[in-house]
Amino acid sequence: MTHRLSWFIIFWLVVVFAFLYTPIISVVIYSFNASKLVTVWAGWSFKWYGELAKDRQIIDAALLSLQVAAISSTLATILGTIAGYVLVRFPKFLGRTAFSGMVNAPLVMPEVITGLSMLLLFITMENIFKWAVAGLADSGMGATSEVVRVLFGWVEGRGFITVVIAHVTFTMSYIAVVMRSRFLVLDLSLEEAAQDLGAKPLKVFFVITLPIVLPAIISGWLLGFTISLDDLVITAFTNGPGTTTLPQVVFSKVRLGLDPKINALATIIIAIVSIGVIIATIQMRRAEKQRQRDEQMAIRALAKA
Amino acid sequence: MAAVERTSQAPSKQTELPSWKDPKAEPYIRIENVTKKFGDFVAVNNVSLSIYRGELFSLLGGSGCGKTTLLRMLAGFENPTSGKIYIDGVDMAGIPPYDRPTNMMFQSYALFPHMTVEQNVAFGLKQDKFPDSEVKQRVAQMLDLVQLTPFAKRKPHQLSGGQRQRVALARSLVKQPKLLLLDEPLGALDKKLREATQFELMNIQDRLGITFIVVTHDQEEAMTLSTRIGVMNAGQIVQIGTPQEIYEYPQNKFVADFIGSVNLFEGQIVEDEADHVLIKSAEAGCDIYIDHGISSAPGAKAWVAIRPEKIQLTKQEVNAPHNCVRGTVKGIAYMGNLSIYLVQLDNGKQIKVTMQNQMRAAELMIDWDDRVSVTWHPNSPVALLS
Ligand SMILES: Nc1ncnc2c1ncn2[C@@H]1O[C@H](COP(=O)(O)OP(=O)(O)OP(=O)(O)O)[C@@H](O)[C@H]1O
Ligand SMILES: [Mg+2]
Repeated sequence: MTHRLSWFIIFWLVVVFAFLYTPIISVVIYSFNASKLVTVWAGWSFKWYGELAKDRQIIDAALLSLQVAAISSTLATILGTIAGYVLVRFPKFLGRTAFSGMVNAPLVMPEVITGLSMLLLFITMENIFKWAVAGLADSGMGATSEVVRVLFGWVEGRGFITVVIAHVTFTMSYIAVVMRSRFLVLDLSLEEAAQDLGAKPLKVFFVITLPIVLPAIISGWLLGFTISLDDLVITAFTNGPGTTTLPQVVFSKVRLGLDPKINALATIIIAIVSIGVIIATIQMRRAEKQRQRDEQMAIRALAKA
Repeated sequence: MAAVERTSQAPSKQTELPSWKDPKAEPYIRIENVTKKFGDFVAVNNVSLSIYRGELFSLLGGSGCGKTTLLRMLAGFENPTSGKIYIDGVDMAGIPPYDRPTNMMFQSYALFPHMTVEQNVAFGLKQDKFPDSEVKQRVAQMLDLVQLTPFAKRKPHQLSGGQRQRVALARSLVKQPKLLLLDEPLGALDKKLREATQFELMNIQDRLGITFIVVTHDQEEAMTLSTRIGVMNAGQIVQIGTPQEIYEYPQNKFVADFIGSVNLFEGQIVEDEADHVLIKSAEAGCDIYIDHGISSAPGAKAWVAIRPEKIQLTKQEVNAPHNCVRGTVKGIAYMGNLSIYLVQLDNGKQIKVTMQNQMRAAELMIDWDDRVSVTWHPNSPVALLS
């Protein structure tokens, strides 16, 4: 009976895992395909990895995407943490409902709409910028005009900074949600106790609150990083010609027909992600074991005392 | 129940009046008509209280009666909805917790989870920029006091409940504040450690002259520890007094019933003179004569409270005009040094009587279903008007 049952379970396990991982495995295998045609197997080869390394377009796009993701996720983590904290710790202030709604809006808003509104914003800003620069220059304030140009020049034609701003606004919402739920379960009396012992609120935030929620901040940052890294729609609305991100390159290449280099790229990304997951798991296991050991030590010390 | 009279000025116990009875003494803490509402719910209701320097004042009361809320207002975490709080003559309105001369031990301990025991205790001293060597020395002293030195490097989650409580206690004591607010400081400790810590608290109070306000559920603890006790019920302070006053002279039914155990009889005042009161009580089944007067109108409704240990039982029939009824023993609980008797009076009311087990001779012992006379001395009962 149990034997049959376990066979049944194994069968389903195989089916489910096959469903989940066959596509990934086939990408990995085909990345070593010698043939140019993605669907025809022509023997093992590292050829496409070499090609990939020579493809400046893909390499540049990948580097750009990493930069955008790192910068926007960092900014979004700072803003999202503050937003989450404010939403939990300040139950009453003018415009709280509006603020809460605005923080959460990008989560439920279709990406096309977020992207479109961003685009409209940047175009409006660009127009105002051009008008202001020209106006200032005409009225003889060349220096001021120059300052405005340096400070706000990035809206012209859109590029790196507009993409980062767009990514910050929508990844911030995700991070704010993560941080909000972390702060909700954070015992308020910890902060009170710190104040009671003489620490001013700002110090309490940095010395007590932040260190305690640090794990949530890190996972928030990682979440923001991944969301930013694979965003296609909002990026498409807000970038200019010089700033094509990796998802855009991949998407455009795939539309022109499957390219084995993309398989190689995908394999590299899969490898990086897997290694990351494995390291994180090992770390977590180790921390858990350490905790258990500490607990046992405490119990033993208690028994002795 | 042990009720030891303690005064706040240890060195001059015999000569001086305790500060709360001295009309010239300036209270260290003045709470004036303080009310705290959460929405429509009144958590603390018009409380006025004066506490003097060096006192160990206990707040006693049932769960949810507003003890923690009162402490939190003193510490500065809640603002009174109305009323004023003065500490050392300074109006505390608008003064944030970190600028108050108080430290609080939280009911939930509130230990910082990312810091070791040592760092937790040192936190307060570091905020005051004490030199490292002094911080180290004072933390070590404190850990020694609460017997946690071997655990100094542990994080709070690696400690047992009682150990955590001691860390919280050490953390609030280490700064030696002028006013220490302790919210159930000893609840999780075992009996031995609890007694040792109680003793240590009293010691610290005598030595350093810190003023303590201690919230507790435990009457016995309040009795042994406190110079005075404030009994709270539903947000109000219903009586303030020394442990002895609270136990011997409760001012109302709630206090009489809440502190220790008591037999309550409803009745009507027949005579109220300067030297005695006579109360007719159908519930007791006899007239009750009390040898001290209360000022009230004859005919007024009153309650009589008699402690179980102040009632005598005998198997002989006693005939007296008052303070004497007959009943039947319905249950006996043997406690070693004393026994608790459950007696059903002839009118049906059940009362509790405790008697010392002085004699072992079986024939003197009262047994189940024995008919007994229940008597008490005229100075034992307390007449209560509310
Ligand atoms: N922040 C709050 N919002 C609303 N109600 C509150 C708040 N804090 C306390 N209360 C209510 O006020 C009342 C008094 O609470 P408090 O914590 O002072 O009780 P307590 O006497 O300390 O009880 P315990 O002995 O159980 O600790 C309770 O009924 C509680 O529900
Ligand atoms: Mg409480």
